[in-house]
Amino acid sequence: MSLDKSEVQKIAWLARLSIDEQDISTYSDELSNILGLVETMNSVDTDGISPIAHPLDLTARLRADAVTEVNQREQFQKNAPLTDNGCYLVPKVIE
Amino acid sequence: MHQSTLAQLSTALESNQISSEELTTLYLDRCKQFNGSLNCFITINEELALDQAKSADQQRAAGNASPLTGIPIAQKDIFCTNGIKTSCGSKMLDNFIAPYDATVIEKMNAAGIVNIGKTNMDEFAMGSSNETSFYGAVKNPWDQDTVPGGSSGGSASAVAARLSPAATGTDTGGSIRQPASLCGITGLKPTYGRVSRYGMIAFASSLDQGGPMTQTAEDAALMMNVIAGFDERDSTSAEHPVDDYTARLNDSIEGLKIGLPKEYFGEGLDSNIAKIVEAGIKELEKLGATCKEIELPNTELSIPAYYVVAPAECSSNLSRFDSVRFGHRCENPKDLSDLYCRSRGEGFGKEVKRRIMIGAYVLSAGYYDAYYLKAQKIRHLIRDDFQNALKDVDVIAGPTATGTAFKLNEMIDDPVSMYLSDLYTVSVNLAGLPAISVPAGFVNNLPVGLQLIGNYFEESRLLNIAHRFQQATDHHKAIPEGFE
Repeated sequence: MSLDKSEVQKIAWLARLSIDEQDISTYSDELSNILGLVETMNSVDTDGISPIAHPLDLTARLRADAVTEVNQREQFQKNAPLTDNGCYLVPKVIE
Repeated sequence: MHQSTLAQLSTALESNQISSEELTTLYLDRCKQFNGSLNCFITINEELALDQAKSADQQRAAGNASPLTGIPIAQKDIFCTNGIKTSCGSKMLDNFIAPYDATVIEKMNAAGIVNIGKTNMDEFAMGSSNETSFYGAVKNPWDQDTVPGGSSGGSASAVAARLSPAATGTDTGGSIRQPASLCGITGLKPTYGRVSRYGMIAFASSLDQGGPMTQTAEDAALMMNVIAGFDERDSTSAEHPVDDYTARLNDSIEGLKIGLPKEYFGEGLDSNIAKIVEAGIKELEKLGATCKEIELPNTELSIPAYYVVAPAECSSNLSRFDSVRFGHRCENPKDLSDLYCRSRGEGFGKEVKRRIMIGAYVLSAGYYDAYYLKAQKIRHLIRDDFQNALKDVDVIAGPTATGTAFKLNEMIDDPVSMYLSDLYTVSVNLAGLPAISVPAGFVNNLPVGLQLIGNYFEESRLLNIAHRFQQATDHHKAIPEGFE
């Protein structure tokens, strides 16, 4: 599998990553090489094998729907790039 | 004093030969003296460490000490530490002050352990050489032109150079064991779910596992006694009884059955490494173990399966870095898309971007079955290979890494070669098993690790075998020149 430049741009957009125009062909080569490695998986027949998401077949535990956290907004917002009046600020979305 | 193990330091503190404050000062001085050349710390916690040391001394005087109270231990910068910068080796989190403690940190604090500093690491734990860190490469104290391995390279280098008597690491595809091997220390990757992931910045959530990086197996047992256990805040934490990991250290290993996978001693292995590993296995035979050849037929497929599963989970986990609530933000974003794309483009380094893009690709519409589903099926085969093998043998032994420490910049532009060097470690993560790397000797003055893989929750057995091995050998006592 080799990825051309437009596919690299599409993936970068899906992942919300800006990449420099001059780096696209390097990414295209590197990602194609990695996918080449990955595709060696196809050498084995996996028909009839069930997929596993987790080695120990665990399922997520459930808990009571109860409030367990206290409000720490001010402390958490100390790490925010931009806030106002307890709100996180981003560029205007709706005109 | 800095040549001492955790066990020896514990005795020294217990018998009042030294105070925690004196001990912490001694290690802080070493950190400051050598960090400029080795670059193993992102943050040295001088003030916090001395405060914690003073409290630890009071705790000891009051008779409330546990074995590790007052001993400095370094923490990989992937563990959130309340009030302290927690960068995960990334520009994205260069300005991030964690607002809470990871469970591992909380447990260490409760045990009175001194947090001496936050260690350097590959960015978001993605790398096998510690060269992807935003804070620059870490040097291997055995040869400063070589890498310490990764991703827990800062921890491994710090322990090898005795800047800290022990450290924490995390292992998603070998990130505790491979740097332990390359730096000549002991590194234990516990069973998936044994150590809480809460507050440990996520890379690939079905693979990530924290564990100890120490001079000896005995020290790893002492650390496991502090950090292992169920945590309701980690949804995949194991509800399984916790051992006293020191209890069985001295048990005889007479009659132990060791499996040697023929796939681990094949063409990919440097012949000098093979000799050291085989000599290590002979040593275990002298202690009463017996060996037989086994097969793990899908070993080679573990690399491609891993490089689907790990990037897929990484692309999902790292989508949280949106530069809205925390993390790097670009200058003058023109709209929300620009904010996301440029902040992430600037905040993440090359290797992280490559993995996010591979992950986004394999999860994208039309490709899911061919990549992710296929990889999950292979994961099933790999788990079954281990379970079949472990019906006949107690543990599996082999090399940890395909070679010794390689030169800085040798592989950084060749991601596929770097990935292939993870051959003996990633399958253990896919299967969720515990494994340990112990120093087994040297090739051209560079350390070589012997890896032992056990069945689920058999950390005590691995530590027992490793301890008996270390009672019979001296490789783990070697300290690199200039750091004695």
